[in-house]
Formats: sequence, C-alpha cells, structure tokens
Amino acid sequence: MFDVAYFYFINYYLKNYRYALSLFRFTVKRLFSTSHSSVDSKEMKKFQLLAHKWWDEEGEYSALHSMNDIRVPFIRDTLLNMSSNYHLGNPLSGVKILDVGCGGGLLSEPLGRLGASVTGIDPLEDNIRTADQHKSFDPVLAKRIQYKSSSLEEIVEESMETFDVIVASEVVEHVADLEMFIKCCSRVLKPEGSLFITTINKTQLSYILGIVVAEKIMGIVPEGTHEWEKFVPPEELERLLESNGFSVKTVNGMLYNPLSGSWSWMESMSVNYAMHAVKSGARGQSSPTDALAIPTKSVDLQGNRTF
Amino acid sequence: VHLSNRTVVINMYLFILGHDIHFHDKKIALLEAGPRKECDHMPDSYSNRVSSISPGSATLLSSFGAWDHVCSLRLKPFRRMQVWDACSEAMIVFEKDDLDDMGYIVENDVIMSALTKQLDAVADRVEVFYRSRAVGYTWPLPSHSCDTSPWVQIELADGRRLQTKLLIGADGHNSVVRKEAEIKNIEHRYDQSAVVATLHLSEATDNNVAWQRFLPTGPIALLPLSDTASSLVWSTSHEHASELLGMDEESFVDSINSAFWSNINHSDFIDTAGAMFRSAISLLKPSGTAVRQLPPSVAKVDPGSRAMFPLGMGHATEYVRHRVALIGDAAHRVHPLAGQGVNLGFGDIACLAHHLSAAAFNGSDLGSLKHLLKFETERQRHNVSLIAAVDVLKRLYSTRLAPLVLLRTWGLQATNALPPVKVRISL
Repeated sequence: MFDVAYFYFINYYLKNYRYALSLFRFTVKRLFSTSHSSVDSKEMKKFQLLAHKWWDEEGEYSALHSMNDIRVPFIRDTLLNMSSNYHLGNPLSGVKILDVGCGGGLLSEPLGRLGASVTGIDPLEDNIRTADQHKSFDPVLAKRIQYKSSSLEEIVEESMETFDVIVASEVVEHVADLEMFIKCCSRVLKPEGSLFITTINKTQLSYILGIVVAEKIMGIVPEGTHEWEKFVPPEELERLLESNGFSVKTVNGMLYNPLSGSWSWMESMSVNYAMHAVKSGARGQSSPTDALAIPTKSVDLQGNRTF
Repeated sequence: VHLSNRTVVINMYLFILGHDIHFHDKKIALLEAGPRKECDHMPDSYSNRVSSISPGSATLLSSFGAWDHVCSLRLKPFRRMQVWDACSEAMIVFEKDDLDDMGYIVENDVIMSALTKQLDAVADRVEVFYRSRAVGYTWPLPSHSCDTSPWVQIELADGRRLQTKLLIGADGHNSVVRKEAEIKNIEHRYDQSAVVATLHLSEATDNNVAWQRFLPTGPIALLPLSDTASSLVWSTSHEHASELLGMDEESFVDSINSAFWSNINHSDFIDTAGAMFRSAISLLKPSGTAVRQLPPSVAKVDPGSRAMFPLGMGHATEYVRHRVALIGDAAHRVHPLAGQGVNLGFGDIACLAHHLSAAAFNGSDLGSLKHLLKFETERQRHNVSLIAAVDVLKRLYSTRLAPLVLLRTWGLQATNALPPVKVRISL
C-alpha cells in the first residue's frame, strides 16, 4: 500500500514543486531591457556581460521571453485586423518588419516564424552575434531574418520607406533623443505602416516598482539599468508621435507578475504599456479613424482588438 | 542522410497536427515500428484487441475525418453499461436518458486502418517511417551553449539521422523515450493478467449492452461486437489466466458463463444488508433502483483468439521536458476495468494539439517548456484523479472481506440511485 501512498503524494505535490521553484527563481531573476543608446557606452558595457544569456528562457531575460506571450499576439492580431488578405498558417507572410533594438532576437524569431521578413538591428555587436548564431540552427528562420549591428540613424539613408512595420519593444526608455528616434522611424516606414512600441511609464508607481523594488531592493534588475528620468509617459509619446506624422490607434497597460513569470494586459498604464501607431498615408492624408487618438481601445487576451 | 526541421512523433497517434491550419508549414515525422496497416474491408473474424471509445474520443477522431473510416469499416455502439458485484446484489447501470450511444466498441485494427488512411491525406506534411526504430537520442542542453545544436537528435537503426524541435513519445508503457529522457515513472505491477478472446453468443440479440462483473479475482467484462459476437476482457490472477488459456474450448466457455451467472460468492449477511439498503433507497427515491438484467450466455469461442497480457498501473512524474512530451500509455497506464486507457490517450492528444496549435500561432518555438508545461498541468490534473480512482476501485473489489464488501455494496447502490454522481462518473 505504501507505493500507492507514495504515488498519490508524488503526483499531487510534484505539481507544486515547479511553482516553488519559480518562487526561488524569483529571488535570483534578472529583468533586463535591451539597450538602444548609441550615445551611452557605459550602458552598453553592462549589456555586453549578458550578451550570451539571451536564450536562457529561465535566466536573466526570462521576463522578456514571457513578454512574447502578449506582445506577439498583439502585433499579429493588429496586423491581421488591418489586412483582409492573409493565410492563417502564415499570418505575417509578405510583411517586412524592422525590429529596433532586437537584442538576441527574442522578438524577431517568433515574428519570423509567423512568416514575416524581419530585419533586426542592435548597436551591440555581441547581441547581433548571439542572434545570428541562434537563428542559424533553423533553416527557415535563417532565411527570413537578417541581423545588423547598427543604430536606427545609421540605416535611415539606405532604407527610406522600406518597412511595413517597425517594432521598438523596451527600447525608447533607453534612447537619448526620442523625437529624433521617432522621426527616423517615420522615414524608414512605408506610408500607412505600423509602429509598435512597448515601454515603461514615468509615474510614482513605476519609480517604486521599476527602480526601487526591482533594482535597489530585490535586485531583479541590475542597479542603474533604468533611469526614471528617461521613462516616457504615454501622453508624451503620443504627442511626439502625432506631431511627427503618426496617428495613435491603441494604447494598453501591461502588468508583470514576478511569481508566475507572466505578463497580462491591464487597464492602467501606470507601469508598463504598449502602443500602436500608424504613419499617415501619402500626400499627408490620414486614415479615417485618426480622430480618436486617445487610449480607449483594448486588446483582449486572445489578441482580438475591441474598439 | 541528415534530415532537419521536423517534429518527430513515435507511433500512430499524433497526426491531428497534420490537419491543423497553424501547422501548415511545419514538417512532422512519424516513426512506426510496425509495418503499414491498412485494409479497405475487415476480415470476417474479429480481432481480440478492442477498445471502448467514448463519445468525446469519437468527436476527436471525426474532427480530422478518421471517424468516417471507422464507421465504414466496423464498430458497435452500446447504449447501456451494467456493472455488478459477484459478492452481493449491488449493481450500477449507466445509460443516457435519451438512449443515445454511450460509447463504441472498436477493434484496434480498425482504428489503425482509419488513421493510416487519414495520414495519407496529409502526406505532404506528415512523413511516416514504417518499420523504423530509434537507437539513440541526443538531448539538447536547456540553455544551449553556442556550438551544439539546440534540437533533439535521433539516430535510426538504419543509420539515418533526424533532428527535431519537439519529440513526442507515444511508445507505450515501456516507453523508450521516457527512459532515455530519464523521467521517473511510478509503476506498480498488478498481480493480474487480462485474458482476451472473441466469443460467440448462444443466440442473436440486440447486443448493445456492455457487461462487467467484479469477481474477487478480478473484473470480467463482455463487450459487444455485433449481434452475435462479443469480446471478452477478463482480468484475473496470473495462474488463473494461464489456466484459462490452456483449457479446452468447452471448459473455457463454461468458466465464462459461470463467472457471470454464479452466485457462489454471495453470503446471507451481505444479501440481507444489501436488500435492506435497497428498500431504504426505494422509499427515498423510487426510481433509484433498477432491475438487474442478465448478460447473454456464451456458446463458442473463436479458436486462436485467446490471449493474455499482464496488467499494471503507471504514471510518469513528468509528462514534459525541454523539447520532449509524453502522451498516452508512455505517460500513464491504467487498469482496463474502466475502459479508459485509450480515451485518456486521446484526451492527451487533444490537449497537446490545442496547446501546440496556440504556440504555433504565437510564433513560439514548439519545444519550449512554457506551453508544454500548460499541457502537463492540464492533463495531470485530469489523469491523476482518474487513475487513482481506478486503482482504488480495483483494490476495493479485489477482496471478499465482509466489511469491505458491505461498504462497496452500499456505496454502489447509493451511487446508482444518485444521478448527479453517476453522470460525473460516466463522463
């Protein structure tokens, strides 16, 4: 009879083992953002140390890995809703995407798997090397994704109006000149192309959670990774986008649960948020829904947009 | 030949993915140890290995077109299930209110044939390697170092090498994949073997009832195959099983009939206690007792159809690892007394296919632990309770001890009278 008791014990409590392990990991997890500062070499040095850690799903970058669970459906469904001509087996086929600050390629790869042609750029050569090596094992991805060690400014001249979509995830809080960054995005984006940004808000709460708790108290993020001064409130981002030829379509708050290691959408944008904007069409014409550039729309968990 | 970029599956179950739209550009390979099995019409005699397919499993099979093939070959729906004790009068009857089919008895060969036909329909995406055997596996390190491939490498007996993002082990309760992945398996060998045979009834009847009687040595079940034939599954001790196999046909048939009909294990005490409880129930709930029907008597056994195989229980502590998943008997093994073995496997398939499809639609790496763990949690929650319940039932019914017999007699009678409990069980 003892083996039966053992059987029950093992199976009912082994499930909790994984949860307990995640609690343990929580105390040693590192949360990182990609660095996209072509100006601050000090920041680049910090990311250099972790350049080979990108693909450890349970390591320093685990929060970015799990962010894919909401940012990829968000991008995918937004683009599917805007297009009438797609194949569910290859939803992003024919779409040219620029992943700015791609790091090790964490976001480029899923987008590539969904059929898009992705160009990933990052100023840090080691990151690009890691990204290149990781994609090389998969023959399909190796063809669909191209990586380049470069800043956004450097590729503007040769890539005018080339891309259908630009993705700048966890990047704008590290950029020195945000308006210049947005202007460059506008130049490489085709008319009516989409820009997706995920970043951190500049509020008291984001200071407490993102700097004090994450960096100083729990050490989730190495100290000095984020500067609260550089955080971007959604209102300011929206203002900059609108005044540079973009029309903001969607803004939504994101929440990270360090215990479960997963992200979810939330109404409040006080810590993390995601934004989708569309570049105005040719001849300065904007799309019909331009008037409502206020964050009122939301994306449900399946990524279906509700207006 | 170095083949790459494939999801490898061992055994003939997981090609539902071949039909999934989100897998449209993925390549799937199936390693099948046996030869290709397909027939357009079944031989006259029935195979002695049959499975009880629940309506849920039938829905799964029809979702990718295999059920139509099964229907065109051979199957027997049953509408009623009667389960009763050899030590008392207690019994429980399952049937749907609208007299719908409760389940289907299908020969395993028929299922295999239907699946083979459907595999052909997706041959551009699913490649089947018949008569192949994997002799070596190389597992990737979870956070791979830069030089080694992050995928699972498989070496076949004929020297070919495959590499894959996800290896699904569906190779039975002695799973090699599970052993090679060093996943611990909690197992327990029952002191029982199951004897199977194809039987012919004394007279043709509306054979749409599945019968099961719990003898102290183990349950004996009669599953309908046609109006004149039924399949036998008799779980009993190893010695008795060998005896049954060795007997001449007449004695074998006599043993079966007496197992179903004889009241030798009854005791007056239990009978009285049971009768009292039954009258109490009929006061409270007049419809709560049903008339006990008698199973059909057996006249003949198909020569050469007798076989036996040992029984056991098993459960893998983990269903998934990085780039590996276990389904079906490789993950869990259950006593046939509830007829749930293959249905659990089909449930695993439906769940894994759902999670993999969602992962593919998110552009995730298919071998990533994140969604595999979701599959594991969902299935373990369901499977563990069922396997534990079946194990408890098996032990409860393996004894002649009066207190336990009384307990199970009253328990069974009470359950029979309570529709909500019955409905939950019969799902």
